[in-house]
Amino acid sequence: MKTMFQKIWERHEVVPETADTPAVLYIDLHLVHEVTSPQAFTMLRAQQLRVRRPELTLATMDHSTPTRTAQVFGGAPITVESAAQQIGELEKNCAQYGVELFDLRHRLRGIVHIVGPELGLTQPGKTVVCGDSHTSTHGAFGALAFGIGTTEVAHVLATQCLLQRRAKTFAISVGGRLAAGVTAKDLILAIIGRTGVGGGTGHVLEYRGEAVRALDMEQRMTVCNMSIEAGARAGLIAPDDTTFEYLAGRPCAPSGSAWDDAVAGWRSLGSDPGAVFDRELALDGSALEPMITYGTNPGMVMPISGTIPSQPDDLEFGKALAYMGFEAGAPIRNQPVNVVFLGSCTNGRLSDLRAAASVLRGHRVARGVQLLVVPGSQQVKAAAEAEGLDRVFIEAGGEWRESGCSMCIGMNGDNVGAGQVSVSTSNRNFEGRQGRGARTLLASPLTAAASAVRGQVTDPRELLNG
Amino acid sequence: MEPIRQFRARTVAMPQANIDTDQIIPARFLRTTVRAGLGEKLFADWRYAADGAPRPEFALNQAAAAGCEVLVAGRNFGCGSSREHAPWALLDYGFRAVISTEIADIFRSNSLKNGLLPIVVDETSAAWLLANPGCELLVDLEGSHVLLPGGRAVPFQIERFARYCLLNGVDELGYLRSQEAAIARYERRNQA
Repeated sequence: MKTMFQKIWERHEVVPETADTPAVLYIDLHLVHEVTSPQAFTMLRAQQLRVRRPELTLATMDHSTPTRTAQVFGGAPITVESAAQQIGELEKNCAQYGVELFDLRHRLRGIVHIVGPELGLTQPGKTVVCGDSHTSTHGAFGALAFGIGTTEVAHVLATQCLLQRRAKTFAISVGGRLAAGVTAKDLILAIIGRTGVGGGTGHVLEYRGEAVRALDMEQRMTVCNMSIEAGARAGLIAPDDTTFEYLAGRPCAPSGSAWDDAVAGWRSLGSDPGAVFDRELALDGSALEPMITYGTNPGMVMPISGTIPSQPDDLEFGKALAYMGFEAGAPIRNQPVNVVFLGSCTNGRLSDLRAAASVLRGHRVARGVQLLVVPGSQQVKAAAEAEGLDRVFIEAGGEWRESGCSMCIGMNGDNVGAGQVSVSTSNRNFEGRQGRGARTLLASPLTAAASAVRGQVTDPRELLNG
Repeated sequence: MEPIRQFRARTVAMPQANIDTDQIIPARFLRTTVRAGLGEKLFADWRYAADGAPRPEFALNQAAAAGCEVLVAGRNFGCGSSREHAPWALLDYGFRAVISTEIADIFRSNSLKNGLLPIVVDETSAAWLLANPGCELLVDLEGSHVLLPGGRAVPFQIERFARYCLLNGVDELGYLRSQEAAIARYERRNQA
């Protein structure tokens, strides 16, 4: 009886681990972007190494790329000069080493964790790595996917392998069904609230149970995406018909008889009944309400109807509230909001934009609120425009941009100002994450959109119910 | 990489828990294509006011912190992103080890590959170290312990292969490349 993690791990052991040496683990898909790869290519160059399997490697640019159309397509200079240099470096490296690159104007470009799944490159049972901690996203397909550092990027480029110790396993079972207005984002925020930001350290999470099975693939990606915010490098969901329906017909998914063979194999990938996990946690999905963070890490999270907790003896807690400008005991609802960001690898997919549009349609954002909508990829952007979502955002007073990480990480000039409060669909509310002094509240696309309309933190169910 | 066996160094303490990589090196400094020079940006938003002036209350800006090479930090140090710029910045600044009760996975892995020792110790020892900043330690990788000023040895564990590489100045990539025959065999067997 094996867990899904064990099965994938054992199939990728080139050399098993011993007491003295870690396993040599084979990597099926290596995703590369402009920020964590330049020094890795420098390492290859210094040792005169080639990229061992360029056809298992795909590069895109997302973190530091501009989102203003004039800078992407209009010939306007990229205003952040160091970002332009980094983009140029990736182009040069990919050309020299024969790595396929979705460059700035490519129609398939986008956030690395949105591109892999939408092409069908991310598949059950694969090992997937990228120099980015949100690589855990791909675990939604039952792929063992985790973030690596730049030295490891060089290791994979040179050998298609990594040196790894086997992680522990942590089953998170969610019973029941999520209520209307409660999304995958609320679920994962609630889970992180339970585990804390270090609770998953050393473990691979496996999300299971009725509430997880009921999620579509885009929602499952939202859940797995934030595994790292619980400290876990990877999160997994067993592949099922939902997974196969999503993958069928995607450009890089198997086709014909190879598809049937692949699905037959994927069906037996899930953890065996009775498989033993190192840790387990169970929660009731039907009891959840929309969640929102109030502090400076994703574990500082609360139900939207609640009051900001109090920990009078905890200096750090007080420091976090002071940074946020919040007072213990106050309701989080109705706190004023300056900026709303819709996007990121957590919530930048088509269904996220549809959800936000369902709240915004027929409304305008409150006076003084900046609404920035950044689709997760150029394909998401095109699909959203085809169904008129861009018009909904623009007519509501929002800005509609080209794809990228944008205001999630604030490397490309899209920042939240000092002292401003942002309700953001992204994944990190660390101090300064969206800009120096910025105050970030993580929430679902529904909550973010509702908060944009009211100009204050708003339970989306108030607007959804008319 | 230079072999690391043991060294004496003084500590500086940052007791806060969950110090994330966005604090260690804010994202705007990741728009670089080289490793060098990140030390001056280490903890930039805690270390400097918006106008660039050093914040006197911050641990690294205090006179006693000058020359300290061991950072003692609260639980779950290095959580957040995979940016290897975090250990690069700590090393470039002059740190050689980080001590905590818990160190985040990716940060720990990145640190080991660059010769920054991620040292996890028990709660009692960590509390003592946080309460006694500036003390001189003997960090002994060979003996897998930290020697406190009173002579008490606090054991720590570093994954055996990483420890071997650090002790001998061995590059992990060289070891991985030596597995080429096994890798090629795996690819043939799995049509990978």
